[in-house]
Amino acid sequence: MTSLTDMSLLEAAASLRSGDTTSLALTEACLKRIHQLDPALHAFLALASDQALEQAQAADAGLQKWRRDRSQELPLVYGIPLAIKDVLCLQDVPTTCGSRILEGFLPPYTATSVARLLSAGAVVLGKTNTDEFAMGSSTENSAYGPTHNPWDIGRVPGGSSGGSAAAVAAGLCFAALGTDTGGSIRQPAAFCGVTGLKTSYGRVSRYGLIAYGSSLDTVGALARSAAELAPLFTVMAGHDELDSTSLTDPVPEVDFGTVTLKGVRIGVPEEYFIEGVQLEVEAAVRLAVQVMSELGATIVPTSLPHTDLALPVYYLIAPAEASANLARYDAVRFGPRIEADDLWDQYLQTRGQLFGSEVKRRIMLGTYALSAGYYDAYYGQAQKVRTLIKADFDQAFESVDLIACPVAPTTAFRIGEHGDDPLSMYLEDVFTLPANLAGVPGISFPVGFDSKGLPIGMQLMAPPLGEARLLQSAHAYQQVTDWHTRRPALS
Amino acid sequence: MAISLEEVRHIAFLARLELTPEEQELYAKQLSAILEYAARLTEVDTDQIPPTASVLPLKAPLRRDVVRPSLPHALILRNAPATERGMFRVPPVLE
Repeated sequence: MTSLTDMSLLEAAASLRSGDTTSLALTEACLKRIHQLDPALHAFLALASDQALEQAQAADAGLQKWRRDRSQELPLVYGIPLAIKDVLCLQDVPTTCGSRILEGFLPPYTATSVARLLSAGAVVLGKTNTDEFAMGSSTENSAYGPTHNPWDIGRVPGGSSGGSAAAVAAGLCFAALGTDTGGSIRQPAAFCGVTGLKTSYGRVSRYGLIAYGSSLDTVGALARSAAELAPLFTVMAGHDELDSTSLTDPVPEVDFGTVTLKGVRIGVPEEYFIEGVQLEVEAAVRLAVQVMSELGATIVPTSLPHTDLALPVYYLIAPAEASANLARYDAVRFGPRIEADDLWDQYLQTRGQLFGSEVKRRIMLGTYALSAGYYDAYYGQAQKVRTLIKADFDQAFESVDLIACPVAPTTAFRIGEHGDDPLSMYLEDVFTLPANLAGVPGISFPVGFDSKGLPIGMQLMAPPLGEARLLQSAHAYQQVTDWHTRRPALS
Repeated sequence: MAISLEEVRHIAFLARLELTPEEQELYAKQLSAILEYAARLTEVDTDQIPPTASVLPLKAPLRRDVVRPSLPHALILRNAPATERGMFRVPPVLE
């Protein structure tokens, strides 16, 4: 018997409409699978079972009504069980950002991205694991322990949206929300063999997203294929009065009906095929580009000359913004408190003891980069080089529609492999950081496996607001390949 | 460039982080390595380049200035470690 959780989101949506299954059955199947598999994977930090079952029952009532009167179309996410990265607030469900400093925090409101999905009838199963405050590339920086990669539980799922990527890969939910500040959706999607969409900066409201690097943070989603991501994207995207940095541009429906790559110019930047890239990764990505060319795309060499500067720029700007954003954790309004004799000591001890090692490192780095005497040399200079990086993309997109490259230099690494060397971990992000600095959208999808049986991801980037083209292009590739249909062997 | 222990203590003080002596040693070493890597940015000529603080165009959309209900008081206070008479309670700030 094929299990309900083997269905794609679109198959599940069709079954809900035909009455072959119910949202309650889907939700119970996901919860059961979570109870079976998650003790080994640790993709979830909190389950919202009671709320999820209520949402499912409400969806089933709505579906029954819809079958009597079909004048109004239901959103494709209607009745579909999803998971939410634990940096997005969901009212009354513990939200920790993978940190001790938010242990026990119950948000008084729900993030707009999540609220829009709930209004569209989606079911939220729970909160997924993340590197503490989304700072990391492996989910090992979660204060609650790492998530394990479903393809090899000795390896990391990537990060920081590693819990969401692992949950989707293991079939614990039909799709999941993630966030991407420097690659945190695309890299775990690659490591776990799923499809992940990083939206344009400003495309999806960040109201209720707990801030990390405010000029870089984006909300997006992970699913098993591009076609399954589109329904989440169209519901979440669009202006929100509660986030003045959300764009007012209209959000198009993503049409998969006449998908072709004919006439699409795909640029392949030489700067992304450098020494240190695993040979199997390079080969798989080049082969996928070949497949896209056979589908009608024109492949042209392109150049993003400042690519090698993205890493130092990111690791000054993001920590600087983080050091300001994380000043709010003062144990006054929320979070646990280390009691001290005066307020001063309370700040020092609470923050010193309850922030994890990587978070403290980035706060220190950011504070240094912003401090008197160093501001111009570090933060100021990084902001200027950021202008050059963005200009690289503006220029490249004058002659190409999409940019194709690897997502990460390697496939999933072993838990503990990067040990105490933060710089070697930061290098994992070298191909994903530029999109955040430039504010452009990107999609990551599986294009093969290495000799160890680990998934390999490819990234496509588009000009701002180009999400529809990214989804359509990845879909075109997925129509003629089956990498995205492979599932890890789990029991 | 190398960061001294003295500088690490100063930054930790600015950031309101109490660090153990071991952490101070570790961060001195690691921050030095990261900043040394970042030093390549200083080689880029940016004299004529404006900084990018945000990739968004500099126009914030306006919304109507209307009074709307805020979140309930009790809901905001429920996460606080200590409250008193509807306020956040903290240890003494001044003697």
